[in-house]
Amino acid sequence: MINLALRDIQHSWAKLFLSWVGLGVLIGVTLTMAGVYRGMVDDAQALLSNSGADLWVVQKGTQGPYAEASNLKDDLVRSIQGMPGVAKAANITYFTMQIQARGGREARAMVVGIEPGTAGLPGQPGHLVAGRHLTRSHYEAVADIKTGLALGDTVQIRRHAYAVVGLTQRMVSSGGDPMVFIALKDAQEAQFLKDNDALVNDRVRTSANPAFNRPAVPGLLDAVQNLQISSRNVNAVLVQVAEGHQAAQVAEPIRRWKHLTVYTRSDMEEILVDKLIATSAKQIGMFLVILAVVSAAIVAFIIYTMTLGKIREIAVLKLIGTRNLTIASMILQQALGLGVIGFVVGKVAATLWAPVFPKFVLLLTQDAVLGFAATLLICALASTLAIRVALRVDPAQAIS
Amino acid sequence: MTTSTGGILIENLRKVYGHGDTAVEALKNVNMQVAPGEVVGLVGPSGSGKSTLLKCLGAIIEPTSGRMTLGNEVIYDNGWKTSDLRALRRDRIGFVFQAPYLIPFLDVIDNVALLPMLAGVPNVQARQRALELLTALDVAHRAKAEPGQLSGGEQQRVSIARALANKPPVILADEPTAPLDSERALSVMRILNAMAQQAQTAIIVVTHDEKIIPCFKRIYHIRFGQTIEEKGEGRLLS
Repeated sequence: MINLALRDIQHSWAKLFLSWVGLGVLIGVTLTMAGVYRGMVDDAQALLSNSGADLWVVQKGTQGPYAEASNLKDDLVRSIQGMPGVAKAANITYFTMQIQARGGREARAMVVGIEPGTAGLPGQPGHLVAGRHLTRSHYEAVADIKTGLALGDTVQIRRHAYAVVGLTQRMVSSGGDPMVFIALKDAQEAQFLKDNDALVNDRVRTSANPAFNRPAVPGLLDAVQNLQISSRNVNAVLVQVAEGHQAAQVAEPIRRWKHLTVYTRSDMEEILVDKLIATSAKQIGMFLVILAVVSAAIVAFIIYTMTLGKIREIAVLKLIGTRNLTIASMILQQALGLGVIGFVVGKVAATLWAPVFPKFVLLLTQDAVLGFAATLLICALASTLAIRVALRVDPAQAIS
Repeated sequence: MTTSTGGILIENLRKVYGHGDTAVEALKNVNMQVAPGEVVGLVGPSGSGKSTLLKCLGAIIEPTSGRMTLGNEVIYDNGWKTSDLRALRRDRIGFVFQAPYLIPFLDVIDNVALLPMLAGVPNVQARQRALELLTALDVAHRAKAEPGQLSGGEQQRVSIARALANKPPVILADEPTAPLDSERALSVMRILNAMAQQAQTAIIVVTHDEKIIPCFKRIYHIRFGQTIEEKGEGRLLS
């Protein structure tokens, strides 16, 4: 038996071309939206994986360092290093800012403060695609290639310029911003210290405060003012657990004896995926539902219009004894064919434009399979209206 | 009751549309007989009941009463009807329309082969049968063309081939020559006549077309739902 649907599509492909492109772009946008969500989840997981940490020690009662502000003193790391089951521990600071590269080009980046010369500690950039790790205590940076920086470039962070000595790849924040690693002391200064005008203002205020400027206590004012311009704070201490120990078991004494909040990898995933990007995920979910409804409406309209254009042929087919099932099957196959071709166009389009998107778009095969199944289901449902019309066609319409 | 020997036999056929005060009797005790191999004309003014009779014969609508026999098979008898009207239309009735109404997305050979395929004939055999018919109707050279690429006369010959594809005992032709000029109209009538002779098919041609009326040996005039048989000239067919 001839495949009537295929022959009709072959015959009228030129007319259908724009429909395929339109539907394909719509499906491409849908796949991309799903890819944006997957990219957000992957960014969050990449952030955790790249840190190399098993535990995140943060300020008590906070969900830091990525979801909330967290401040710890930087000497805390030494006492944590001495806790049972801790293999390595390292201070770390994170803050997101607008950086300026050479030529005035701006980029959003997460600046990470790490101890230089200690590659292998948690929080350090792992594999470098070019250059070397930080070795000096000041004014060197390792940047993710997504910042657009190259080896030898200088990048302005707050009041200082930093030379890019190494490049990493796929080191991003949970928001997808590329990372720039600088020395911890520089990062503490950049994060916590104020500009000169503010410092002068603070000094004047402090010296005008009789509580700090006591004639009977020489040196108090200097001590207070020095304290104001030095920062000993970090956002978190990252911990690697020694072999043979469970992260949860190591976390417990830190929680109990140091009065800090400690998160394991799964806790941190929950914070990042279930809490930090939950609103964005719901937003994307809403868009996906709207896009599915619009796709269904478009497929229904195309198939309905195609069927209305064939009423006479359908009447002839019915008159010459074609079964209703054959006619319904023809329309269903055309709807599915439209969906399949639209999906292929959409998948190709999404694959081509995904790398151009500013945020990471992760197109997973499982999403493509799910999207394909959803497309077929939507097309099948959308064809029911046209099938209903076709089955109501009176064979007598073929007779004048 | 008349005994059928194939062809078409219609006895006391009535068709009433609507009920009560709004009832319209479109056919009133129509009687017709067309022998196998015979081509008869059915003529009448608009509203006379031609289309209703054609739809009853084509198993598209159900008569109110009477009896219809197509090719030795009773298809309707005072309320009783054959169970599968779709299969009846496919296997036992060929249709030729005023416009050819070929399926535009199938090529010529598949337009003809579609009917045998619908009846379950394998594709190769169906296409073989279609090619034989197209050859007989002198359009085999256009077998791979699309309907839109054919002339009006060629399209009508293809539609005749399609009507003959399942070797039906009956062909119903509804104004088959209306859009054609005299020469092509006569050509179509000659083809129908030849096919009727060859396949022993009973053919009813519904027409208004004055130029083909002399072709029929017998003509049924239908007026106010009743038929009157008349002898025709039966010329121009050789």
